[in-house]
Amino acid sequence: MWMTIANIGWVISGLLAAWMLYDWFSTDSSYSEESLTSSREGEIEAFTEKHKV
Amino acid sequence: MANTTTAGSASHISLSRVLGPAHVWALGVGIVLVGEYTGWNFSADKGGALAALIICWVVGLLYTSVAMIDSEVTSTVAAAGGQYAQAKHIVGPLMAFNVALYLVFAYTMLEVSNAIVVADIVKAYQGEGFGDWHYKGVIATVIIVLAALNYRGVLMTLNLNLVITAIAFLAIIILFFSVQPWSQGTVLKLGQMVTPENALPYGWLGVIAGFHWGIWYYLGIEGTTQAAEEVRSPARSLPYGTMAGMITLIIGASLTWYICASLLPWQYLGFTYFPLFDAGKLTGNKGLEVLMFAATVLAATASANGCINDAARAWFSLGRDRYIPQWFSAVHPKYRTPYRSIIFLVPIALAFAFTANLGQAITFSILSGVLHYTFMSLNIIAFRNKWPLGSIRRGYTHPFHPLPAIVLLILCVVTFFAIFLGYGAQLTAMVVFYIIMSLWFHFYRYQYVKRGAQFTMPWPKPKGY
Repeated sequence: MWMTIANIGWVISGLLAAWMLYDWFSTDSSYSEESLTSSREGEIEAFTEKHKV
Repeated sequence: MANTTTAGSASHISLSRVLGPAHVWALGVGIVLVGEYTGWNFSADKGGALAALIICWVVGLLYTSVAMIDSEVTSTVAAAGGQYAQAKHIVGPLMAFNVALYLVFAYTMLEVSNAIVVADIVKAYQGEGFGDWHYKGVIATVIIVLAALNYRGVLMTLNLNLVITAIAFLAIIILFFSVQPWSQGTVLKLGQMVTPENALPYGWLGVIAGFHWGIWYYLGIEGTTQAAEEVRSPARSLPYGTMAGMITLIIGASLTWYICASLLPWQYLGFTYFPLFDAGKLTGNKGLEVLMFAATVLAATASANGCINDAARAWFSLGRDRYIPQWFSAVHPKYRTPYRSIIFLVPIALAFAFTANLGQAITFSILSGVLHYTFMSLNIIAFRNKWPLGSIRRGYTHPFHPLPAIVLLILCVVTFFAIFLGYGAQLTAMVVFYIIMSLWFHFYRYQYVKRGAQFTMPWPKPKGY
């Protein structure tokens, strides 16, 4: 059973790695570098968090 | 749960403030609890079963000092990067750069160790036929699936950690009550396993040598501070989560020692990779055996998950101050995670996990951790001297200062000696590595740092300046 799980693990890992790389490149191409690296230390951001349960 | 944001007057993309004290607990205990399932028991090999208990409590004292000191400073310097941000403001940039490297190495090597532990126990459980391809498949699954989870968002990541850490801790409690601790001799045989003749087979030098592995009981609890920028109320959540985590771990470590030392001869206890799993098997109860197998996998998974979270925040913080290229400081606009740092550390972790053995990976992690604790003991003394009580607002003030700092420093020196006894070459190599990196930072990289912008805390000038 664990050998089958390990084989499935390889497939899932490959898919997730591909998804991360795809999302990384699509994010980088959709937003400016200035915007993506705009986080500042110690700053309580001026966004309002809204949680919907 | 949906998490949406609307822009206010600023358009900065920041990490998401969504965590509470339970997530802080899950991060800290999640990273550490694997230490009860594997690692601590090698201290019995160095000094015997009683040495493992002495170390459990003495190192518990070390980490209680770490937790108290950390809680005070972090409740004041609430920023991702944790001790890195503390070092930057209290000591200076070169110290901060080194501390961030300690953090990244300690957590990445711990993540590697956890992936190896999961693969090792699955291989041991499966038996024959589980080849190198399958072994590496388990390692890759642990590292990549958890990296993807971290990429996707901190709330989901730490919610998962909360659940699996609670199950892993509950498993120790269930095992403890299943072996009838109130009736010595029925299942547990502590009197036969630990006798006056074999309690300390190598004397007190064995106790000191065992400190190296005793660190594993609690290694990583200080990782709670990496969540500082993502908790809703850092001044409240971080001290609560960290101290509750230490209490959980001291209870878990004591129960673990009692069960394992009562069931396993000290020679085997110091040799096995999975003491709690073996203890579960020795009860003869198939249900307990399966439970301890699953709990070992869950504990290692929770630890790897927290380590990916923390290593990425430390690396991200270095990029944000331009200590390394600013490119690493990008925050995902949708998931609000340091996504480039998370992805960057994945191949490094995989490379170590595929090539290093467990002992080497744990030793590199412990070495970086102890260097880091040494810094913390000196840092709190500098913090109290430069900004005495009353000069700035603290979310938590630790008692008996400077006693915890002195205790921490003494125990760090003892642990360095213990590491030198067993892994002198690695200790020397690691120190040389940090010296080379420090020279690189001082003579080359620091020219790119925006020197005024890196200090962000609205504090008064330090006393004496």
